[in-house]
Amino acid sequence: MKTRNILLAGVVALFSLSAAAQVGAPYIHDPSTIMECDGKYYTFGTGGGGLISADGWVWESGAVRPGGGAAPDAIKIGDRYLVGYSATGGGLGGGHAGRILTMWNKTLDPNSPDFAYSDPIEVAHSEVDEDCDAIDIGFLMDPNGRLFCTFGTYFGNIRMVELDPATGARKEGAKDIDVAIDCEASSMMYQDGWYYLLGTHGTCCDGANSTYNIIVGRSRSPFGPFLDNVGRDMLQGGGKMVVAAEERRFGAGHFGRIVLEPGVEKMSFHWEADLDLSGRSTLAIRPIIWKNGWPEAGEIIQDGDYKILSRRRGYALELAVDFVRAAGGMRGFGRQANETVVKVENQKLEEVIGGWPEGEIAVRANDYMARPHQAWTIEAVPEAGGYLGGPWYKIVIQGTNRALAAVEGHELTTVPEFTGADEQLWRIDQLTDGTFRIAPKAIPGCHHPQKWCLYSVADSTPTLGKFDFNNDNAKWDIKAR
Amino acid sequence: MKTIFKTLSVAIGLALLMPGISGRAQVYADSSTQLDKYLVPVTTPTAAPDAQGFLGRWLLLEPISKPNRSNTVFVDSYIREVFGKEYFKGQLGDVLPKDGAKVKMTVEYQPPVNLQGGRPMGFGMEPPKYEEKKVTLKWHAYDSKMPNVKLFRFATNVTEDRYGVIFWAVTVVNCEEDIPNVRLAVGSNSASMWWVNGEEAVILSGDRRRVMDDCASQRLTLKKGRNVIWGAVINGPGMSDFCCRFIDEAGKPVKNITLSVQ
Repeated sequence: MKTRNILLAGVVALFSLSAAAQVGAPYIHDPSTIMECDGKYYTFGTGGGGLISADGWVWESGAVRPGGGAAPDAIKIGDRYLVGYSATGGGLGGGHAGRILTMWNKTLDPNSPDFAYSDPIEVAHSEVDEDCDAIDIGFLMDPNGRLFCTFGTYFGNIRMVELDPATGARKEGAKDIDVAIDCEASSMMYQDGWYYLLGTHGTCCDGANSTYNIIVGRSRSPFGPFLDNVGRDMLQGGGKMVVAAEERRFGAGHFGRIVLEPGVEKMSFHWEADLDLSGRSTLAIRPIIWKNGWPEAGEIIQDGDYKILSRRRGYALELAVDFVRAAGGMRGFGRQANETVVKVENQKLEEVIGGWPEGEIAVRANDYMARPHQAWTIEAVPEAGGYLGGPWYKIVIQGTNRALAAVEGHELTTVPEFTGADEQLWRIDQLTDGTFRIAPKAIPGCHHPQKWCLYSVADSTPTLGKFDFNNDNAKWDIKAR
Repeated sequence: MKTIFKTLSVAIGLALLMPGISGRAQVYADSSTQLDKYLVPVTTPTAAPDAQGFLGRWLLLEPISKPNRSNTVFVDSYIREVFGKEYFKGQLGDVLPKDGAKVKMTVEYQPPVNLQGGRPMGFGMEPPKYEEKKVTLKWHAYDSKMPNVKLFRFATNVTEDRYGVIFWAVTVVNCEEDIPNVRLAVGSNSASMWWVNGEEAVILSGDRRRVMDDCASQRLTLKKGRNVIWGAVINGPGMSDFCCRFIDEAGKPVKNITLSVQ
C-alpha cells in the first residue's frame, strides 16, 4: 500500500513538474531570446554554449556560442542570425569595464556546414569606473527596420544605442542614451505604437533566495523616456511587474519575446532556482498577455479539473448526452423564512454515467450547469513531449478516461479510453488576450493539422476550424472548477 | 450656410453613433398577429434565400398535438424517440407533399388554451391524462417574410393548437453545382431535428431559444440539383419558431441556391 502511494505521488509530481517547467536538461542562466532555425529552437546563456530543443519543450545542452562572457541575445535579420554578448562578466564589487560584441551566423545548427560565426565586433563599451557596466545586450528591430540594442547592469544606467541592421555594427554617429537606472538584463519590444523597455530588478544569482523579477516601462519613442503604469520614469527606478516568483520557482530574469503568430506570444527568461529541478537555474517560457497595453506573464495550464467555455457565446464544452435533472428543483415562489437551510449536493458522475453510451460520444456546447458531462480534467502527458512553452495534454471527462479527440473531416468526438494517440493530444496556448487556443496534435486524414483548433462553428457546435486570433470562434476560456 | 452644414454634420455624426440606426432600420413594435405579417402563400416556382442566407420557403404541416407542460423534457433521447415515429407517409422522403395535401392521424387531445389563464406550471404537478383524437392536418406552402419562420403564428392563425405541438417542415434546396463543405445552421424554439437528403444533419435538444446559428451540422455537400431538407420542431409552452441557413467554412451564408416546395 505504501509502495503504491509512493508511486502515485511520484506520478503526480512528474505531472506537476512537466506542466510547469521545461523538461529535459533546461539548465541555463541569462538565456538569449529563443530563436527558431530549421525546425529547432536555440537559446544561448552566460559563459558560452546554450540549449537546443526539437519541439520547444524538451531542452538539452548543445548550442554553440564562442566568446564566453555574459548574458547574450540573438535576433534573426533576413536569413542571418545576429548574436550579441558581453566580453566581460560584470560585477558589483570590482571594475566595470565592459564590451558589447556582435557576430553573425547563417545558421544556429552546429552540425550544419554553414555554421560559422563572423568575427565579433564591438558596438558599445563602458569604462572602468563610469555609471554603466556594458553587459547584458538586448536587441530590438522596430517596424521601421531600425535596429537598437540596450545594455547595462545595476551599476549605474541602462543604455541604448542604434545599430546598423546590415552590419550589426554601431550605426554611424549613434550615441549612447541612458534609458533606465539600476536594472539588469534589459530588452526592448514594440507593440501598437509603443516601445517597451524591460529590465530585471531584485537580487541575482542567489538560487532560491534570488528576488530577481522582470519589470517594464514604455515610451512612444525608442529613445524614451520609458514610464511605468503610474508615470514613473525608469531612469527614476520605475517599472511595472511582468513576471515574478511562483510557488516552486524563484528569480525571473532576462526577458526575451517570441511572436509565434498574431495573438500567440511567448516570453523566455530564466528561473534562478527551480525547486523541482534541484534548485538549479533553468529556462522558463510563459505566454505573454497584453492587458490595457501592458505585458504580463500568462499561465501554463496545470493538471486539474476545469470547465471549458467558448468565447463565442460562453457555453460550456460538454458531452452530447441526455440532460439529467439534478436535485434542487423549483421550490416555488414562497418565502418560508423559518425553514432549515440545507446544502444541496451537486449532481455526481455516478448518478448519470450509467445512462451514457459506451462508445464514442459527440461533443457540443451548452449552458454551463456544473454537471458531470461538462467537467473536464486536463493533464499533461509527459511521455508525449510538447511544443514551444507547453506539454501535450489529454482532455478527459473528470473521473473517467473518456478523451476528447479529433476525427477525420476536421470534426470532434470523445473516445471511451485515452490511448495516447496523437489525435487525442492537445496543445493549449494562452493567447495575448488571456483566452486559450486548444489545438490537436494530429487530425486523421489531415497532413497540416498545425493551423486547426477547437472552433465554435455555431453557439452550440464545436468543431475544428482554422485559428484566427481576431475571431472569438477560435478562442476558449479554461476555468478551474 | 455654415450653420446648416454644421447642423447636418452633427446630425449625420449622431446617426452614425446610434446603434439602432447605423446598422439597419429600426424595428417598430407591432401588436398585430395576423398570418400575412409572417407567412404568405407561395406564388412563384422558386425563391432565393434572404440577404443573410435564411431559407424562407417551406411546406409546413399543421401542428400535431403532443402535450408537454415543460420544454425541459426535450433531452436527446426523448426527441429522437418522438421524431423517430412515423406520422405520415413519405416522412423524410425525397418526394414532397403537395400544397394542400391532407394527413390523417391520431393525436393526444388537449382542450383549447385558456388565454385568460396563468402560466402553465411545469414542475411538481402530475401531468393530466390525455385522450386520443383522430385529426386531419393539412400541408401549407409558405414564404416567410422574416428570417425566422414563425411557427407559433402559423398555429394560432390556422389551427386551435398553439402549445404542446410538433411541427414538420420541408423544403427543397436547388443547386447548379455541388457545394461542398457547408453546414446547415439552425436556431429553433424549442427543440428540433433536421435532415438533409434523408440523413440526420443536426439536433437541437433541451429547452431552446430561437438563436441564429445556434447549432450546426457537420460539413456536408449540397449536391447539384435537388436537396431535400426536412425539419421537425417540438414545443411545450411558449413561442415556437425556427431559422435555418447554410453557411460555408468561413461562416458566411450560402446564397447561390434557390428554394422550392416541389
